[in-house]
Amino acid sequence: MILSALIDASRLQFALTAMFHWIFVPLTLGLGFIIAFMETRYYLYSKKEGTENQQKALFWKKLTRFWARIFAVNFAVGVATGIILEFQFGTNWSNYSWFVGDIFGAPLAIEGIFAFFMESTFFAVMYFGWDKVSKRFHLASTWLTAIGANLSAVWILIANAWMQYPVGMEFNPDTARNEMVNFAEVVFSPVAMNKLFHTATSAFMLASVVVIGISCWYLLKERNRDYAVKSIKVAAVFGLFSALLLAYSGDGSAYNVARHQPMKLAAMEGLYNGGKGAPLVGFALLDPDKERGDGEDPYLFSISIPKALSFLATRDFNGFVPGIEDIINGGYTYKDADGVERVAIPFEQKREKGLLAIEALKEYNRAANTGNDSLKMRAAAALEENFGYFGYGYLESAQESVPPVALTFYAFRIMVILGGYFILFFIAVLWMLRKGCFNAAGRKMKWFLYLAVASVPLVYICSQSGWIVAEVGRQPWTIQDLLPVQAAVSGVSASNVYTTVAIFFVLFTILLVAELKIMFSQIKKGFEEIK
Amino acid sequence: MNMFKRIFAFYYTGFRDMTVGKSLWLIILIKLFIIFFILRLFFFKPDLSECDSPQQKSEKVIENLLNCR
Repeated sequence: MILSALIDASRLQFALTAMFHWIFVPLTLGLGFIIAFMETRYYLYSKKEGTENQQKALFWKKLTRFWARIFAVNFAVGVATGIILEFQFGTNWSNYSWFVGDIFGAPLAIEGIFAFFMESTFFAVMYFGWDKVSKRFHLASTWLTAIGANLSAVWILIANAWMQYPVGMEFNPDTARNEMVNFAEVVFSPVAMNKLFHTATSAFMLASVVVIGISCWYLLKERNRDYAVKSIKVAAVFGLFSALLLAYSGDGSAYNVARHQPMKLAAMEGLYNGGKGAPLVGFALLDPDKERGDGEDPYLFSISIPKALSFLATRDFNGFVPGIEDIINGGYTYKDADGVERVAIPFEQKREKGLLAIEALKEYNRAANTGNDSLKMRAAAALEENFGYFGYGYLESAQESVPPVALTFYAFRIMVILGGYFILFFIAVLWMLRKGCFNAAGRKMKWFLYLAVASVPLVYICSQSGWIVAEVGRQPWTIQDLLPVQAAVSGVSASNVYTTVAIFFVLFTILLVAELKIMFSQIKKGFEEIK
Repeated sequence: MNMFKRIFAFYYTGFRDMTVGKSLWLIILIKLFIIFFILRLFFFKPDLSECDSPQQKSEKVIENLLNCR
């Protein structure tokens, strides 16, 4: 019997290592394009005649080289942080990593290829190639580094999207592996497409806030004013554009979650009892004593927008949005992935189907070992009929199908509130640029400059919160409906896992401090050091 | 051959002339050493590594899936 301590230890380890990895990745993804844009300006000015144009070219070159240095430090610091995640698939989640078969392996392999060949090759040219290769080739390398980094991310996001909405595969009972039968369905699933869009724009927004924050720090120190103001201008435009697309794709994410992971949406909203015309909770305090079925209001305090949740989830102001109790009890009408209206079945029925699927796998295995072909065929048919609920057979109670509500609820609010703040932030920055407020930033401006600097850690919190919603909200599933954590985890000891958590935490915190020291020293040196 | 020499010289000069990059590379190499030669060898042994063939791995996973209830 798998101990809950092992499951918790394995989940904790994966969460910590994933969050550590995600500290560095978004800045790489976004800053790459900001630098590429800056270098494009340098290149275009360098092609024009005249002293003024050449001076502008030198200005943009210096700007590009400074931010490229920050990019390089972040890129180097982020190297290998993802490898620990891959180790864990084999060590702590061996059942999962075998079960997913080609579905996970292929995208991860492609990610590795892109990262190694495209990013590394062109990154070296970008970093070493100033004044050694032609301006055109160097510019192309910078763009290809940015594109390569984002293409790497594409594949891991496709793999994660498949975990949330498994499609395009067939389960092979002989090997206990899912085999990809439709590559396009996996790659172009609506969840994958939206996740790519949402994650990429969140990274672009993060990078923009970091550039503005660092630039405002220079203004506070009354250093490198021209470079700082130009950086703010580039980042504010890129940032606002990204933040608006982020909000749009966020809506798409929630719509996908409503269709394919209704329990996650219910947890995001703290919604126990759903209904038609469901309100969207803008802000609330959850009652920590709230339990399922007690009939109590889940909120101690809430500010809601009437009917908004129904509209966001169903595109109908009076659409039915199921709560936790509704999903467990079933009986409500919903539209499946093909748009066909169906009646939701209760948890107990899903569990029965899951148990039938597990029993069918057992029968199939026995029949295969004894060479009983007719039994094998019957078992295969039963397995196929009930495979969609395979994972429910491992759940002992309905409560196990409910993710941590409080963590999902508050993480979602942190993400959305901060996302909204950043849209206003970018608008404010652009307005201040238009008014020339940054050009002679005096005492009156200082509060905004401090706010901009403080926004840097806030955007990281926003970014991490989004992943907490995505990954905590889908618990207990490693693969939605097919494999819960208790069936996915390896048979290692919990104490072993806690030991590696401790080792990882200590070692990588020490390394992180050293790496951040290098980053801050580069920022402190500023544009003066760039030749 | 000339092209390979130029590519080699490009990387060699680039690495040689690095300033802050040298410290970063040292940290990366320490990190990679810790990951591959300490963590990977002693703490992150794949659970299915004892299985010799894919068939053995699938049998072990099937056994896990059927017995973990």
